Amino acid sequence: MIAIVDYGMGNATSVKKAFDALKVESIITSNKEDLKLANKILIPGVGSFGDAVDALHKLDIFQTIKDEVLLQKKPILGICLGMQLLAESSEESIDKKGFGFIQTTCKKFDITLKVPHVGWNNITHNNSILFKNIPNESDFYFVHSYHFEEALLEASSSLEYGYTFTPSIEKQNIFGVQFHPEKSQKYGLELLKNFGDL
Amino acid sequence: MLKHRVIPCVLLKDWQLTKSVGFEEFRTIGHPKVTAKVYNKRNVDELIVLDIDASSSQKDINFKTLSDIAKECFMPLTLGGGITSLEDINKLLIIGADKISLNTIAIKRPDFIKEASNKFGSQCIVVSIDVIKQNKKYKVFNKNLGVIEDLDLLEWAKECEALGAGEILLTSVNNDGKQCGYDTELISLISKEITIPIIANGGAAEPMDAIKAIKSGADAIAAASIFHFTQYTPQSIKKALLKEGIAVRI
Repeated sequence: MIAIVDYGMGNATSVKKAFDALKVESIITSNKEDLKLANKILIPGVGSFGDAVDALHKLDIFQTIKDEVLLQKKPILGICLGMQLLAESSEESIDKKGFGFIQTTCKKFDITLKVPHVGWNNITHNNSILFKNIPNESDFYFVHSYHFEEALLEASSSLEYGYTFTPSIEKQNIFGVQFHPEKSQKYGLELLKNFGDL
Repeated sequence: MLKHRVIPCVLLKDWQLTKSVGFEEFRTIGHPKVTAKVYNKRNVDELIVLDIDASSSQKDINFKTLSDIAKECFMPLTLGGGITSLEDINKLLIIGADKISLNTIAIKRPDFIKEASNKFGSQCIVVSIDVIKQNKKYKVFNKNLGVIEDLDLLEWAKECEALGAGEILLTSVNNDGKQCGYDTELISLISKEITIPIIANGGAAEPMDAIKAIKSGADAIAAASIFHFTQYTPQSIKKALLKEGIAVRI
């Protein structure tokens, strides 16, 4: 069962209905015990980095998630802001600390193109396990102003928008996607299915 | 590269999805849930649903039916119609909307655009501008308020952007449902004034119309009649766009 973390930021319902359509068992929860019982964790998210970190601490599940991922080695998938939380920090809220699973700081887009980066864009992926059965250069739906830097060791794809950045990462049991698979039609659902199949 | 989008834009009226003709007559398209399912199957880039019962008869927003629609959508969904508060927006986002289209409230109280975009982000706020052409002059129109004589169209479009709108849904009332092509002059006029994306709406009859609209400055095209009353599908339109060298998601 996948625990979709509900911390009042962004749309857990959209992710849940995608898993329902895929017949993958999931629950929306902010309960510690559920996170311990689940065999996978998914962090959705729309909003600001600092608010998200505060919300997770306030619910007293920040450390629980960290332990389940680092000690129990449970697969975790962060979506959009949820991916950014996997980093150590973000330029958006410099005084807040993320989970730090990936040693990087999320950057704000410093480009002449429109920010936020909104819409369908095609990524170049490295056939990571999440991209099984997903053709390279498939389009995914993005809405974001902050991003992971390019050429990270953990990058599982790359995308150019003004410059190159990292739209997805994979490090052992830790996965993150900057785009919204739950809004990215068939290949988005395929990605969620791949996570469900882990 | 970011893609140009092809978006079905339909109206919720009397528990059915419909398509208007010149904002007056309504042709039924089908059952909301079933229609949304079909659009999802057809892999559309986005879907816009406007609850016109809520906007014109001041009924409550039909959250139940909109939620049924949202359940079938695994693509970005824009909902609108009858919004009067930030709480309405919040509720629509919770049922699965990604963007909210504002019209009447934006005209009555432009600062609402700012309040909404500050709270939810400009990427979430679409302002819908309905335009009527009278005596060769473009005017802002609203189904409930009529022609807004004291609102200059170009100034209004610029104001919407300045207040934080993330996109403009630009509908030609004259061309709506007439399948006579988009009003490319209107699209070109507005696109020169603003930098946020324009979704052109009203008049599509064949793929060539979509090509012309995008070449006139539209970022995306919205349509309904063409998908329901002709042989064309969103995919066939996108294939035609691709042939012209326009980036689309196939």
